[in-house]
Amino acid sequence: MDTPLSTSPERRRFNVADFTERFGLVLVWIVMIAGFGILLPGIFLSWMNFSIMFATQSPGAVLALALIIPLTAGDYDLSVGATLTLSAVTVGVLNAVMGLPLGVAVLAALAGGVAVGLVNAFFIVYVRIPSLVVTLGTTSVITGLVQWMTNSSTIGGISPTLVNMVMRGRLFGISYAFYYVIAIALAIWLVFEFTPLGRRILFVGRGREVARLSGIDVGRVRVGCLVASALLSSIGGLVYAGLLGAADPFSGLNFLLPAFAAAYLGATAIIPGRFNPWGAVISVYFLATGITGLTMMGIPLWVTSVFNGAALILAVTVSQFVRGRQETDIG
Amino acid sequence: MSVPALRVSGIAKTFGGARALKGISFEVAAGEVHGLLGQNGCGKSTFVKVLAGFHAPDPGGTIEVFGKPLPFPMPPGAFRDYRMAFVHQHLGLVPTLTVLENLRVASITARRARVNWREERAAARATFARFGVSLDLNARTGSLSQTDQALLAIMRAAEDLRGADGPGLLILDEPTPFLPKEGVDRLFALVRQVVGHGDSVIFISHDIDEVREITDRATILRDGLVSGTLTTKGSSHDDFVEGIIGRRIARSVTAPAVTRGRTLARVTGVAEPGLDIPALEVAEGEILGLTGLLGSGYERVPYLMFGAREATVGDLHMGGKTTPLRSMTPKAAIAQKMALLPSDRPGASGVPGLKVRDNMLLLELDDFMGRFGLNLRAMGRRASALSAEYEVRPANPDMRLGQLSGGNAQKVLLAKWMIRNPDLLLLDEPTQGVDVGTRQQIYRVIRDAAARGAGVICASSDAEQLADLCTRVLIFSRGRIAVELTGQDITKDSIAEACYGHSTLDVA
Repeated sequence: MDTPLSTSPERRRFNVADFTERFGLVLVWIVMIAGFGILLPGIFLSWMNFSIMFATQSPGAVLALALIIPLTAGDYDLSVGATLTLSAVTVGVLNAVMGLPLGVAVLAALAGGVAVGLVNAFFIVYVRIPSLVVTLGTTSVITGLVQWMTNSSTIGGISPTLVNMVMRGRLFGISYAFYYVIAIALAIWLVFEFTPLGRRILFVGRGREVARLSGIDVGRVRVGCLVASALLSSIGGLVYAGLLGAADPFSGLNFLLPAFAAAYLGATAIIPGRFNPWGAVISVYFLATGITGLTMMGIPLWVTSVFNGAALILAVTVSQFVRGRQETDIG
Repeated sequence: MSVPALRVSGIAKTFGGARALKGISFEVAAGEVHGLLGQNGCGKSTFVKVLAGFHAPDPGGTIEVFGKPLPFPMPPGAFRDYRMAFVHQHLGLVPTLTVLENLRVASITARRARVNWREERAAARATFARFGVSLDLNARTGSLSQTDQALLAIMRAAEDLRGADGPGLLILDEPTPFLPKEGVDRLFALVRQVVGHGDSVIFISHDIDEVREITDRATILRDGLVSGTLTTKGSSHDDFVEGIIGRRIARSVTAPAVTRGRTLARVTGVAEPGLDIPALEVAEGEILGLTGLLGSGYERVPYLMFGAREATVGDLHMGGKTTPLRSMTPKAAIAQKMALLPSDRPGASGVPGLKVRDNMLLLELDDFMGRFGLNLRAMGRRASALSAEYEVRPANPDMRLGQLSGGNAQKVLLAKWMIRNPDLLLLDEPTQGVDVGTRQQIYRVIRDAAARGAGVICASSDAEQLADLCTRVLIFSRGRIAVELTGQDITKDSIAEACYGHSTLDVA
């Protein structure tokens, strides 16, 4: 008897629909790059252009990765953008203005992120207020604090060490910032796919009661996810400060919507129906490619907002159509 | 002879390559209650969807309703023009609206101008009078009992039929599985009223006893074909079973244990609103049934013991340890080798959108941690082996749980708990929505657990199930244990009798 237990020949056969669904976004991305390459001959398809894009989009990519953690556990975190700004500004104030060593400033920024995560978690998990409401509130609180800390002006003069570690240091012509994104994505992927914790987070997000009755400490998982997203957001802030060599108290929030769009768009690819890190990272650069190409073609700045917003709604719509009425993370 | 209410001939339906209906023909006489039954996947839901115009059948077949052939494809909602009305299991009521608004929704939404509430109210009262049912018109529909909601939905559908000229055909698609026994009785009384007014009823169910009680004749579907039409009066339970699954299954009854095992777990001093249990114990190898009428509180016991619902007082004594129920949590219960299979399958038991293997191995994740994280290949092998062992069909652990039929999903979730070899197995309605054949497989798993020394507590409203499965049954009445049945005394009738007997006695 040599019949294996898994006697499903369909599983072995190459599934075109499945492949298209998983890698459709990548294909569209390649088509888009080719399209802009033809429309903008000689300018668009340059290593320079892409290496700049890979670097400048990395704070957004870190935010998208931060977002998918609580989203998988069934909670929204709108405060990631504000947390990113808080972290960048903390480094700016402590290092550039007060002259503390960079290491101390970085640790303080990360501690600030953890604190934001704990505050969010307290109100969401223990007071049981919807996550959307809590993080909308903390966003405003943090934005106010940031303006107070910086007097509403950009702080320059951050230690060149940070700039070297993020922007100037390069591998294969791409700033280190990009590799931090890849490292974070890899870590999240490993946790999601290959640890019991990852499975538990998934069950907490998809069936909270099922998770609870299966002995999973749902509260602790949710707190952990919210703290992780805030911590990652503050790492995003460090990357942002390193890219600019300065701390900008305003523009951090601009990363929020593209990050959300990327998180949702990413859930339509690679592992369709689930928020997943590779999908999110690809989506960030997919959206950035679109905006870069359009900008190079001379399309005005307001199109960026329209593009990002439309991409968010379109991403969710596409996933609804593709998956039919199947249950997904999205929604 | 008059025109039949429904004449179906040669209806087939193919989805992709799969033939869900392979050409079925049967008739429903005017003025009769006609049962339609069969196992999950036999084609009854497909047939209902064809009848409602949701699916068009394969070309060739015809359906006539009161002599009028249905056009295929049928425009949405056109079934009303053919004097049909449907009540589906999900009833189609809006829980946040009042009874009046739900009952009169057609008339209220059809109006262009101001709604005449006085008129609507009078019409609603007339409906209640006609069917001998009375509900509070101002009550929020969601606050009604399941039974009252079902009655409301049926009355609304029956009223739709009155608009047409001549009698109509009311299709009840599995309205009973979530109703307590007394609710089913009230529903049947209403169905008799509907037939009394001259309409015909198709009653779809998988409960043989209900079909035998209410119908005049019944058509049984098996694998997309009609396996027979029975005249209810002249047919036995076994005739139905044979029609449904194609063979007679001996109803297996658990052999009583010769000696009672050692006490495994005891619960003492439970006192919650509507539940008062001085002491309840379960022995090793015992299958203890808990039952009672709706509201008697028996179904809360497993959840309290498992720490799934908050308790205020009482203790659990198990394995030489005493734990206050107030501090019980599911996590602690699992650590004490307890298992709970809740009745709310998609909401509390398993996640329909995730894979069978993920659902199956959720409790065992730590055992699959290798040096490089979860050993996905070993998990796949384990899930395949378990699917085979528990006869899950199709045995593909990469399918989503929601793609399986109710019975197969339940086998997956049973496997999830049984692989931990629990000492105390807590079940709530373990065979709800599960077909006859699968039921026996589930019983076997439960009996095997008991045979190896586990204690089982099974809360169920299904007297037949309790009679087949349990070695001792406690019947609850108003939150207290009213009757205890053991050994030969456990029969379907004795359980039903005890349920009803006590609710009236208790009034005194």
